[in-house]
Amino acid sequence: MTVSRRTVLAAIGGAGLALAVRPAYATPEAMKSAVRQIAGEAAVKPGKVKLDLPPLVENGNTVAMGVMVDSPMTAKDYVKAIHVFTEKNPQANVISVKLGPRAGKADIQTRVRLADTQQVIAICEMSDGSFCPTRST
Amino acid sequence: MAARTLINVPQKAKRGEVIQIKTLISHIMETGFRHDNMGRSIPRDIITSFTCTYNGEKIFEAALYQAIATNPFVTFHTVAVESGTFTFQWTGDNGFTQEASAKITVG
Repeated sequence: MTVSRRTVLAAIGGAGLALAVRPAYATPEAMKSAVRQIAGEAAVKPGKVKLDLPPLVENGNTVAMGVMVDSPMTAKDYVKAIHVFTEKNPQANVISVKLGPRAGKADIQTRVRLADTQQVIAICEMSDGSFCPTRST
Repeated sequence: MAARTLINVPQKAKRGEVIQIKTLISHIMETGFRHDNMGRSIPRDIITSFTCTYNGEKIFEAALYQAIATNPFVTFHTVAVESGTFTFQWTGDNGFTQEASAKITVG
């Protein structure tokens, strides 16, 4: 596993938590299997989801997190669900949200716990059955 | 144990407007992964699901896990279609349930 400059800086600063970019192979198995349970082998369309997390936080017990999906949210084309996963928390699941065309806007915010410097993944399920993943950077 | 809830819904909205709903509930969200000073594990006590209905129709549903922080705060959006009531329901471990509601006037 490569250690990025940001990870090193965060450790030196005693900052406890930073979200560092890692190559995909560093993702632990637990998160992969949790993701696979939701998405299976369905079609993946990248680039519609925006995951909003601070790059560096002092306290991992409450981290404000927002997930926005670029979708018209009409009866034919809407976001069915948003799932969020982490790779280093004791449990991979963070939140699973079900939305419908009545949501108007696929934009949710919550506060999460993050155990360590790690990557967070949000996957949204579209009404046509496809999935859009995104990673925190 | 009754938990305190805080709901933020606009009182008035135009028909078809996308409104933001903010909800907060006081809850310990004990993960079940921690131990007390005697080394005994502290049992899990979290809110597992949250739903919002708008005049009886479900508009939002969330499954929460241990990774959600203490006093779960959830924000989401909906389209204001008619005047009425939002009902919020939280359910969790150890038979925890809590309900709250908010009214909206759509003009």
